[in-house]
Amino acid sequence: MQEITTKEGFVPNIVAFCCNWCSYAGADLAGSSRLSYPANVKIIRVPCSCRVNPMFVLKAFQRGADGVIICGCHPGDCHYVTGNYYTRRRMAMLFSFLDYLGIERDRTRLEWVSAAEGAKFSAVMNDFVAKVTALGENKKLSDLRVKEGE
Amino acid sequence: MKEVESKMLERAKVLLESGEVARVIGWRKGAFCHDPEPASFESVDELKDFVYDYFCGANLSKYLIAESKKEGKTAVFLKPCDTYSFNQLVKEHRINREKIHVIAVECMAKLDIGKIKAKGLSAVTGVEVDGEQVKVQTLYGEAVLSKTEIVLAKCATCNKTHQVKDEEIVLHERPVRDVNRFAEVEALEQMTAEERFKFWREQLSKCIRCNACRNVCPACSCIKCVFDNPQSGVAAKANDDKFEEQLFHIIRAYHVAGRCTDCGECSRVCPQGIPLHLLNRKFIKDIDETYGEFQAGESAEGKTPLTEYRESDLEPKDVLKEGK
Ligand code: SF4
Ligand code: SF4
Repeated sequence: MQEITTKEGFVPNIVAFCCNWCSYAGADLAGSSRLSYPANVKIIRVPCSCRVNPMFVLKAFQRGADGVIICGCHPGDCHYVTGNYYTRRRMAMLFSFLDYLGIERDRTRLEWVSAAEGAKFSAVMNDFVAKVTALGENKKLSDLRVKEGE
Repeated sequence: MKEVESKMLERAKVLLESGEVARVIGWRKGAFCHDPEPASFESVDELKDFVYDYFCGANLSKYLIAESKKEGKTAVFLKPCDTYSFNQLVKEHRINREKIHVIAVECMAKLDIGKIKAKGLSAVTGVEVDGEQVKVQTLYGEAVLSKTEIVLAKCATCNKTHQVKDEEIVLHERPVRDVNRFAEVEALEQMTAEERFKFWREQLSKCIRCNACRNVCPACSCIKCVFDNPQSGVAAKANDDKFEEQLFHIIRAYHVAGRCTDCGECSRVCPQGIPLHLLNRKFIKDIDETYGEFQAGESAEGKTPLTEYRESDLEPKDVLKEGK
């Protein structure tokens, strides 16, 4: 795996929340199929995409993430039956609100990736990282309260 | 308003004297004519300081969380917008409905002392409202202002009606007006992301993190609040001049999304004059447009938009595309 960097040496930090049952397995499949996705992507495994409290997304940005992506099972295929439907509403509202505050739309994303979609996982991550790289560093949401102490 | 006030006072006396209620929640005279404060009256004697006038903008519903836990019944005066908060709190099991006696009172819009002062008037000693005209008395003389220009932001676009009442004291009906409460949100949506960021940075950087907006908000009624947890990373004011309080405001606005009744208390109490209602109204507008019209507090039952779903719901990227 290689990190995507720009000429100026900017390496975006990407946080990907992946649900245990579909998307995390999809990432695994991408790996075992030798499909590449950028090393900038830090995967956090969650039991279900609906485990992702909007606060997690904000916290990731606060601590210096340049982009946050949430991946879950396709609607209708949730291991817990309906979890991802809630995720869809929550994230739709959160992303639209961040956009309203002037945070670039391309820094947030929600994707459905099944356990069989290793190729999709790799394509989505490559595309997301390229978009965030083009935007540059996330200065708008990072927060000194967290950075100073660390 | 004087007539309404005397009717309310009369009613409060009867309720307290007869022992029907143990206390009445209303407004008490403040140090100045423009700062009456919410108060609990437990005896007829205490009612001598009772007041109801054009400065009684405070929403009394949140006080009922504590009051409804006390011995005996509590009577409360609620303006139209306050009844939505009341319903929402009943829905969230924060208020014990059985122990509250709701007296619906007329409103006719309340005045914003900040806006009066911004007109160059100081030492205000009283106001007389006559339709659209407001005669403001000050130590230095009198001035006549237009009411529309000095009402609270929440009253400027309000067309709310009482959703709950056990009895009512309404002598005049406020005419329904043709107003679009989303006009300012729409204007922001039309801007570019950079312009919006600049707007919000200027506004939110003024925040001194007094937490008044959280404390007054009827939707913010958690017993333990993340902003009081020193471990949360958002408990205090950020030592950051880039966009100081963005997280506090995002978290708070999101937390009340789908539950905020648009009561406007947050903007009213902010000592820094930050237009906080523009944050919550964005959520209200998005929910209305994406999931169907929803007014929190219209009913004390049923689900809220973020605790239900439809299989046909839009994907986040399609919600963003919609015209904005
Ligand atoms: S967020 Fe503001 S407008 Fe909404 S319920 Fe709370 S105080 Fe009222
Ligand atoms: S009331 Fe105003 S100054 Fe106080 S915390 Fe809220 S936004 Fe900040």
